[in-house]
Amino acid sequence: MNIVVCIKQVPDTNEIKINPVTGTLIRDGVPSIMNPDDKGGLEMALRLKDELGAHVTVITMGPPQADLVLREAFAMGADRAILLSGREFAGADTLATSNALAGALRTLQFDLLICGRQAIDGDTAQVGPQMAEHLDLPQISYVCDIKVKDEKTVRVVKENEDGHQILEAQMPCLLTCLASAVHPRYMNVAGIVQAYNKEVEVWGVDRIDVDLAKLGLKGSPTKVLKAFAKGLKSPGEVFETDPEEAVGIIISRLKEKFII
Amino acid sequence: MNKNDYKNIFVFAEQRGGKIQPVALELIGKASDLAAELGEKVVAMLLGHNVSSLAQELIEYGADEVIVADAPELEHYITEEYAQVVSQIADKYLPSIILFGATTIGRDLAPRLSARLTTGLTADCTKLEISEGKELMMTRPAFGGNLMATIMCTEHRPQMSTVRPGVMQKKDRQPSREGVITNFEVKIDMSRVKVKLIEEVKAEKDNRIDISEANILVSGGRGVGTKENFAKLTELADVLNAQVSASRAVVDAGVIPHDRQVGQTGKTVRPNLYFALGISGAIQHLAGMEESDYIIAINKDKFAPIYSVSDLGIVGDVNKIIPLLTERLKKEFSK
Repeated sequence: MNIVVCIKQVPDTNEIKINPVTGTLIRDGVPSIMNPDDKGGLEMALRLKDELGAHVTVITMGPPQADLVLREAFAMGADRAILLSGREFAGADTLATSNALAGALRTLQFDLLICGRQAIDGDTAQVGPQMAEHLDLPQISYVCDIKVKDEKTVRVVKENEDGHQILEAQMPCLLTCLASAVHPRYMNVAGIVQAYNKEVEVWGVDRIDVDLAKLGLKGSPTKVLKAFAKGLKSPGEVFETDPEEAVGIIISRLKEKFII
Repeated sequence: MNKNDYKNIFVFAEQRGGKIQPVALELIGKASDLAAELGEKVVAMLLGHNVSSLAQELIEYGADEVIVADAPELEHYITEEYAQVVSQIADKYLPSIILFGATTIGRDLAPRLSARLTTGLTADCTKLEISEGKELMMTRPAFGGNLMATIMCTEHRPQMSTVRPGVMQKKDRQPSREGVITNFEVKIDMSRVKVKLIEEVKAEKDNRIDISEANILVSGGRGVGTKENFAKLTELADVLNAQVSASRAVVDAGVIPHDRQVGQTGKTVRPNLYFALGISGAIQHLAGMEESDYIIAINKDKFAPIYSVSDLGIVGDVNKIIPLLTERLKKEFSK
C-alpha cells in the first residue's frame, strides 16, 4: 500500500506575540514547526505502515528551508520525501497551491492521500478538498481514525458538530486529518541520524504535470487587498493577591455586573 | 466569462436532520444587506430529503427565492452528491456570490466546489462588504487571529466564501413574508459517488448546550491541566449554570472534546461572562472570545497576554482559587 502525506511548514502561531504599543505581530524568533494537523495525518499514515507495511511518502511545497519538516518526517518514519520548490509557485492562494500539489501527485502512485485538516497560519482547510477535485478523488475531511477494510476500501471516522460518522471510501481517496485524534510519535535517535542520510527530492515545475497558468500569483483567483492588525481593547484591572481575597474581588465584581 | 452574466447572492442553507442550521439564517440576514446594495436578490439553496417544508422559513428570514433540491440521495451530506447538485445550480443560475457557513459541511463542500467551478474561495470570513466597484470584500482573520486580511476575487465568478457561525446577525422573522419557491430536478451521477455513510453517531448531549450559545462560559487552559482539575471547573460551571469550554492545548491533549474548544480553530463565543482559567491567551484563543461582555482571567503568569483583553485579572493559582470560589458562590446562592 502506498500513502502520500502532504505536510506544511508553518510558524508556530502560539508563539506569535503582539506588540502592545503598535498592535503589530512580533514574528522574530518564532519557531517553524510541522503543521499540527499534518503531523496528526502523518502519524495515522505511520500507524498504517506499522500495521500493514505501507510505504509513506511526504510532500511539501515551500521554500528550501521547508526541507526541515521533511527531515522531521523522515525521523518519524517516512520513507520518501519530496520538496516542491520554485519561484513559479510563489504567491499562490489555496486554488493555485492545490493545482501545484495536484501536478506533483499526478506523477505518483498512491492508495491514500492524507492531509491535515488545516494549517495554523491560514486556517483555511481548502487545499485538501481542492486537490481531491483536481485529481478526481473522493474526499473525507475531519478524519480522526482510519482503518483499511480491504484492498479497495477504507473505513474512517469523521468528526462533526453532532458527534461523528463512520464512512467508507473507495481508494484511492483523500482524507484530511485532525491533530487532536492522535499523539504523534517522537523522533527516535536512529531516525534522526537517518533523516540526514536520506535524500530529500527537490522538484521544480519541470518535474510535475500541470498547466503553468494555474500556478503562483497568476493562477490565484483571490487577491489580498489589505492586511491589518486588529485593534486592541484597553486592558482591565489586574490584582495579584492571595486566593481568599481574589475570590472576594471576583464575587464583588459579579455582583456589580448583576451576574449574581 | 462575462461578469455581467452573474447575478444574485446565493446562500447554501445548511440543514441537518431536517433542521435549518442557525448559520444559514445568519447568512441570509447578511446576504439581504449585501443584496440591497447591489440591487440583487437573495436566493437560498436548500438540499436534503423531505425538507421542502423548510423553504418558507428561509423566506421569512429574508430569502427572496428558495431553490429546493429534494431527493432521497441527499438525506445525508456526502461531498460528491452535494457538490454535483450545487454546481449544477451554479451553472444554471450563474450567481455572483455564494455563501456557506464555515461548518464541517460548508468547509468540506465549498473548497470542492471552488475547484470544480474554477473560482476563488475565502475561508472563515468575519466581515463581508461591497466595494465601490460592486465587488465582494471578504475579511478574515489570519495568523491565528490577530492579523485581519481583506480578500477579493475580481476576475472569477462566483465569488465564494465560508462565514464563521455566530458572527453575522439574522433578521427578525417576518411570518407573512412572501417569496418564490423553485424545485430543482435532482440528477446525480452515482458512478462518481465513492463514499458511503455507514453509521451516524450522535454525541451524548446530556445537559450541555453549544458553547457558542452559552451565557456564561468557564473556560480552562493548560494551567488547569488534568482531567481531575477540569472536574473542579465543571463544579464551578454547575453553580453558575454555565458551560465548560477550553483552549486548544487542552483539546489537543484529549482532556475535553473538540466541540468545547474556543478560538480560531474552535468556536467563536461572546457570552455575558467568560472565565479564562489557566489560559495564557494565545492570539488564536483571543480571536474566539474577546467579544465577550465581561472577561475574568486567572493565571499564574502576570505577563500573560490574556490580561490584554480581560476586564478583571487575578494573578494566582487557578487550582486553589476555583474550589474556593465555588464554595463562596454556593453560599451566596443559598442566602
